[in-house]
Amino acid sequence: MNSFLNTNAELLITVVKIALLLFIVLTVNAYLTWFERKVVAHIQSRWGPHRVGPHGLLQPLADGVKFLFKEDPTPAGVDKFVYYLAPLLALALALTAIALIPFGPDPIRLLGHDIYLGIAPPDVNIGILGLFAITALGVYGVALAGWSSNNKYSLLGGLRSTAQMISYELAMTMSVVGVLLMAGSFNLKKIIEAQAHPQHPELGIFGWNIWPQFLGFFCFFVAAIAETNRAPFDLPEAESELVAGFHTEYASFKFAMFFIAEYTSMITVSCLCSILFFGGWLSPFPASWTFTHYVPPAILILFGLWVIWDGLHYETIFGRMILPVIGLVFAGLGAVFILLPRVNEFIQAPFWLLSKILFFLFVYVWMRGTLPRFRYDQLMAYGWKLLLPLSIVNVIITSFVILAKMQWWGAK
Amino acid sequence: MTAPLLVFFVLAGLAVVGAVSLILQKHPIHSALSLIVVMVALAGLYLLLGAEFVAAVQIIVYGGAIMVLFVFVIMLLNAGVEEHTSISKMAGAPGLLLVVALAGLVAATIVRSTDSIQGTLQTGVMSSTPGISNMIFREFVYPFELTSFLILVAVLGATVLAQREKS
Repeated sequence: MNSFLNTNAELLITVVKIALLLFIVLTVNAYLTWFERKVVAHIQSRWGPHRVGPHGLLQPLADGVKFLFKEDPTPAGVDKFVYYLAPLLALALALTAIALIPFGPDPIRLLGHDIYLGIAPPDVNIGILGLFAITALGVYGVALAGWSSNNKYSLLGGLRSTAQMISYELAMTMSVVGVLLMAGSFNLKKIIEAQAHPQHPELGIFGWNIWPQFLGFFCFFVAAIAETNRAPFDLPEAESELVAGFHTEYASFKFAMFFIAEYTSMITVSCLCSILFFGGWLSPFPASWTFTHYVPPAILILFGLWVIWDGLHYETIFGRMILPVIGLVFAGLGAVFILLPRVNEFIQAPFWLLSKILFFLFVYVWMRGTLPRFRYDQLMAYGWKLLLPLSIVNVIITSFVILAKMQWWGAK
Repeated sequence: MTAPLLVFFVLAGLAVVGAVSLILQKHPIHSALSLIVVMVALAGLYLLLGAEFVAAVQIIVYGGAIMVLFVFVIMLLNAGVEEHTSISKMAGAPGLLLVVALAGLVAATIVRSTDSIQGTLQTGVMSSTPGISNMIFREFVYPFELTSFLILVAVLGATVLAQREKS
């Protein structure tokens, strides 16, 4: 038994990591729906969910139970195999993409094994290309669901989604080329490390790719929103025109699978935005400001204290009992980080990455709450006539600047 | 049996099954799906040989872009189930002969070669991204540009044909 454990340690660690990440991603997904409903509600001067649990915090749980127990009818005349394959494909591919994302630079040493944060080893040479490969396949879930449902609205939704994906994938891939040229690698870890500028560690936030690659970021973010079928590019499921688009005929958990897939790809895109353009796990402060290492625990403690204060004033007894406990957990975590400097050093990188991801998720929701949906011809014109030329211009400018630097300033 | 060999047989089996199913399926969408399986299995084989870049590009270009276009066209035309014609007798005999000849050729090549496939392909120079770009943009830059020019001509031709039909 012991020798089995030793020889297959890597395999076992990976399996545990997969299970753990799956659990985390699905939980985050569930609370993302809560977050989205809350934020959109406040944008529209409403309260959002607030009946199930304090601040509606148990709403995702109720929704999940509802999805599981709803009747799951299969419409007549569907292509059975493809109809069942489509949601599986969408969900599986969306979850696979997360596996390629590194969440921190340093491994945890445990029983003689280096355990990296993230499932793929951090030295995957094709990191970003692999992600694009998986997202390129992601369109099949939507397209096949639309086709196999034997419903005109679904078919229109599937067709729109396919056309949209083909148009925006080009712009998305081209917009990243500038970043790749600056880093000289497809490896996500190396892309982040290039933004730390080892020769100029005092740059901090000004060393990130967002400054030289602003055009690239604009094209990437817009194209990525279109790729994930989110508002204002949610034409495949435009409810005012197509009932519910490609997932009209899906009910119960099959619908939930599309839902989870969509939210998971939102997380993936947020990860990519922060890794490619916003320095990934790098802190925004110059490297010599070591006192800023206390910012993450300070934020946690302040947030925890606020939740405790809010909880003590909550209307229901249940809320007054639960919210202070949640606040205590956050504040306690912050206190632990301050008391254990080694742990505090370790959580710096994941903390900054996660806060950037959260920021981009907020932007996603913010855009959905603010912008109206595009018309179909506007969408196509926007993709082909604006984003694609812009991203190509960005590639040309970036490569010329890099070449000029190498020729005249002798920089490498 | 080592793990890579096991993965190889799984992927190779998937590719062959997908290819056979591509021919046997009656509905165009099912055929297209089978072709996607073949493409992804091939990408897995490239990955197994250490050609990461080629594997990723195989999925992005063939599995993603080209097959999405196939599926899109099939869905747009709303193509139904095909009717299989009875196999032409003229095609039967020469076809069988050609199959035997091709199988013989492949078998002969495999038997003749002394190197193991894994040994020859894991050179690293060819499979790495800088290696490939050096080959494309230094050694074979003229054939590469010529190919892209050919594709451009084909695109222009298609556009002209489509425009003519409209007017």
